Amino acid sequence: MSDKPHLGREHGQHLYRQMLRIRHFEAKCAELYQAQKIRGFLHLYDGEEAVAVGIMETLEDRDSVVATYRDHGHALARGLPMGPLMAEMYGKVEGCARGRGGSMHFFDRERRFFGGNAIVGGGLPLALGIAMADKEFETGGLAACFFGEGAAGEGEFHESMNLAQLWELPVLFVCENNLYAMGMPLELAEAETEISRKAAAYRMAGEAVDGMNPVAVESAARRAVEAIRAGNGPYFLECRTYRFRPHSMFDAQLYRTRDEIEVWKERDPIPRTLAWLQENAMITPDELAAIEAEVEAEIEDAVAFAENGTWEDVADLEKFVLMDEVQA
Amino acid sequence: MNEQTGTPGTNRMTYREACRQAIRHALIDDSRTFLMGEDVGLYGGCYAVSKGLLQEFGPGRIRDTPLAEAAFVGAGIGAAMAGMRPIVEIMTCNFSLLALDQIMNNAATIPHMSGGQFAVPLVIRMATGGGRQLAAQHSHSLEGWFAHIPGLKVLVPGTIEDARFMLKAALADPNPVLIFEHIVLYNEEGELDPEVEEVDIAKARVRRPGSDVSILTYGNSLPKSLEAAEELAKEGMEAEVVDLRVLRPLDNATIFDSVSRTRRCVIVDEGWKSGSISAEIAARLAEDVFFELDAPIRRVCSREVPVPYAAHMEEAALPQVGQIVEAARGLVGAR
Amino acid sequence: MMPSLGADMESGKLVKWLVEPGSTVKKGDVIAVVETHKGAFEIDIFQEGTIAELCAKEGEELPVGALLARIGAPGEKPAKAEPAPPTVEEKPAPPPPAVEPPAPPAEKPEPTGSKAVPAKAPAGRAGRAKISPVARRRAGELGIDPAALEGTGIDGSVTLVDVELAASRSRPAERPGPTSSEKRRAGFDPDQMRQAIAAAMSKSKREIPHYYLSTTIDMTRALGWLEAYNRERPPEKRLLPAVLLLRATALALKAHPQFNGFWEDGSFHPGEGIHVGWAIALRGGGLIAPAIRDVDMLSPGGLMEALRDLVGRARAGGIKGSEMMDPTVTITSLGDRGAESVLGVIYPPQVAILGFGKVVERPWVVDGKIVARPLVAASLAADHRASDGHAGGLFLSAIDRHLQEPETL
Repeated sequence: MSDKPHLGREHGQHLYRQMLRIRHFEAKCAELYQAQKIRGFLHLYDGEEAVAVGIMETLEDRDSVVATYRDHGHALARGLPMGPLMAEMYGKVEGCARGRGGSMHFFDRERRFFGGNAIVGGGLPLALGIAMADKEFETGGLAACFFGEGAAGEGEFHESMNLAQLWELPVLFVCENNLYAMGMPLELAEAETEISRKAAAYRMAGEAVDGMNPVAVESAARRAVEAIRAGNGPYFLECRTYRFRPHSMFDAQLYRTRDEIEVWKERDPIPRTLAWLQENAMITPDELAAIEAEVEAEIEDAVAFAENGTWEDVADLEKFVLMDEVQA
Repeated sequence: MNEQTGTPGTNRMTYREACRQAIRHALIDDSRTFLMGEDVGLYGGCYAVSKGLLQEFGPGRIRDTPLAEAAFVGAGIGAAMAGMRPIVEIMTCNFSLLALDQIMNNAATIPHMSGGQFAVPLVIRMATGGGRQLAAQHSHSLEGWFAHIPGLKVLVPGTIEDARFMLKAALADPNPVLIFEHIVLYNEEGELDPEVEEVDIAKARVRRPGSDVSILTYGNSLPKSLEAAEELAKEGMEAEVVDLRVLRPLDNATIFDSVSRTRRCVIVDEGWKSGSISAEIAARLAEDVFFELDAPIRRVCSREVPVPYAAHMEEAALPQVGQIVEAARGLVGAR
Repeated sequence: MMPSLGADMESGKLVKWLVEPGSTVKKGDVIAVVETHKGAFEIDIFQEGTIAELCAKEGEELPVGALLARIGAPGEKPAKAEPAPPTVEEKPAPPPPAVEPPAPPAEKPEPTGSKAVPAKAPAGRAGRAKISPVARRRAGELGIDPAALEGTGIDGSVTLVDVELAASRSRPAERPGPTSSEKRRAGFDPDQMRQAIAAAMSKSKREIPHYYLSTTIDMTRALGWLEAYNRERPPEKRLLPAVLLLRATALALKAHPQFNGFWEDGSFHPGEGIHVGWAIALRGGGLIAPAIRDVDMLSPGGLMEALRDLVGRARAGGIKGSEMMDPTVTITSLGDRGAESVLGVIYPPQVAILGFGKVVERPWVVDGKIVARPLVAASLAADHRASDGHAGGLFLSAIDRHLQEPETL
């Protein structure tokens, strides 16, 4: 599976656990959505866990993250605590955005999580700006910007790519190519379907990577981050992946076949990583059981936290339309 | 009457189905017409409006686009200028912002700026509105905003009949016409009058006659206003509910006539209050119906906040029946 | 339960069950296929157990949240096969409350908007009175100073009706009536009303030469017809005796128009229609007699509805000014609370007022024999300037005749 060296036991289990947390969290979200605890739109990350987990391994606290409406995996991998995420989806004031954003709009200032965004391509210009500040204030940090391959159709994508390269901004562009923009297959949307080649058109460094392999993603990300921190400008990573669930809950998937999904499921990063760990004696049954138990417990606690949460006072509806001050 | 879906032999259908039939018949009637937008073909439409149409008409008439609003709206404009009759679908008005330059600076402007040489017979359909907990970036009501722009026509079908027949009139119009379909109305079901085969896109319509107050409204605020009128009737107050139907150009005659008779007016508009279409209507009433007014004009609009996700907060942010009743009641005197 | 799969999913059709009672299921198993406007979806389950009961039928359309199936603990036997109706809730519907035809006039709770005290000479900014645009214009036309008026509009503003009422008050042939509830939508001021009634009644007695006639009417046929009519109808469609009295009077007025109209400017002006003012006692001691328009043209059912609506609105304070101005004649019926006969006082500028007393069982002579019959005393107080006793007698006889043929009402 992996051709990269030095994947220790601890790290291997860590990658596995991080992906498993996301997978089980998403399953719980699906259940709660059908029971109408979570409302509005819900976009789940099943199948793509290796991308968020692999990338986040290489980021530091001083780095920033910009995500899309499919942001659960990124938020969890970045370290946002699960309780406030669940509470956010319940609409409770203890949520990470006071219940105002819901599933598509997780925010966390402390962890420099600059939001899930519901407008495709809408986050890229933001990442540019954050990177500009990093450069200006010499923080050494970078902005990791996640988006789907559908964003490559939007003007904002091209404008952002050009500008980032032109101004040598420390941006890590992570394109999660899962082959479908809602119902739009890649080959019908892009004249150039090799997304990573678009970076070359802007003279930006970049590569394509197997997004179903967390180790491969992490390795590529390390290369990218090293280059960015060395001051070489932005880097583009096309992570080739697949989403196992529909675009959102209310999607009848008329645009793809069951067979195709099954084929991709054979490359499911979670069981494959587990199999690899087991084959290489890097995990014992007890350790595995412990991981699963801890993940279940964490999710149960998060649901309880959300259930016990409270509703924002309607009288506060207009609070933060305008800010009184800029936080330090 | 109800091909492909719905109960055969009846005129009963949903608003969604009415939209679908409108597109179907447009494609059947005019070979220059085609539908273009994101996920309209393979996916069947984000709101299932175009379900089955790709199978019926093929990819030349039902064109799926990449996520590229500025590009495909602009392309629609160009195609219209060059003799085609495109129906462009922007998934929701929230994404129309990405195409605002094309809509304002090209579609609305070129006919005038070219000295009348190039008409833009384009129809753009968009879903609009809030009430489904889709949070701030997916819950806008921008039809009032677009109604500010000269060169555009703005339609807001609030009934199934209008959903069914406004498209045809829009396609026949030589100007760029924007049609806003409220997301909450898609599931509404009703009976079409078999005698009606077309509607105008110029007039407002009195949906409920009354003598004590005029409630001017459109879109998803129409059913709320009708409900409010029933509440008010129990208190002996007969409200006249006027469905604006067209936000640009506004039907002054119907609006002025109604308010001149009732002498009191409540405007219900899902846009944010400041600078909204309700503000425009209130200004016109103050200008032209001033001496008939027996009470100040009242407006029920969305609170001026980005629409929040949590159910109770969203409800507080959007216009509700109780607020309409309260506004009307407050116009008739000391309590 | 029927799951919510989307923000705008309201219902779904259960197309196919993929399990049956007794099937063992675990988390993630697909148990059914549901069709929605977006397409077909497989429904998977989040529990382990055994299917105890399938509550929804294939082909059934159900709202989100409706019960689809019951799951028992693993290994549990399914419930005995009985066609379980799909229930959203299982409480039996409460038995419909027994509804009686409302006794006239139905008691309603007092309107909560207490007495409205109109501001005197309301001041806006900088001491200016608030006057609505149309009120100001009308005041100009009528030569009235609007700033001197009491405003009953919002913020104490002077409104059109304030100006028009002020103008009509200063006209010679005044139509006082009790205080118009258009001025006080939420309620009435009992003291003011009493004063208004006192003023009107004094004026009436002062100026109108009243004469009085009365007759006793056998209500057997009318009440019998009523009972048969009502027996076949649900409570909300039943008629009160008042409807028959109103109709009989209205039809009699058609033949005797000198009792339907106004005495103004020294002569009689017949009413343009037969709009009967129906006296309604209000809780708290007020009395108003707003009009039911065109009583001669209403069917009994339509008249009952109009009556119910009017009384309801009168109690809630929702009577319009026009309804107060309109009556061409007034009827007061004390119903079963009052005395056996009523001698009314005419509301100027009307020229007649009919009174109906309580229906009582009394001895009556039929074919030379004494029998007990339901009788009502009908009385007429009329303006001697507009009519005389002979005409009055004929008028009352006409009412009696109509009540003997209730099927023609």
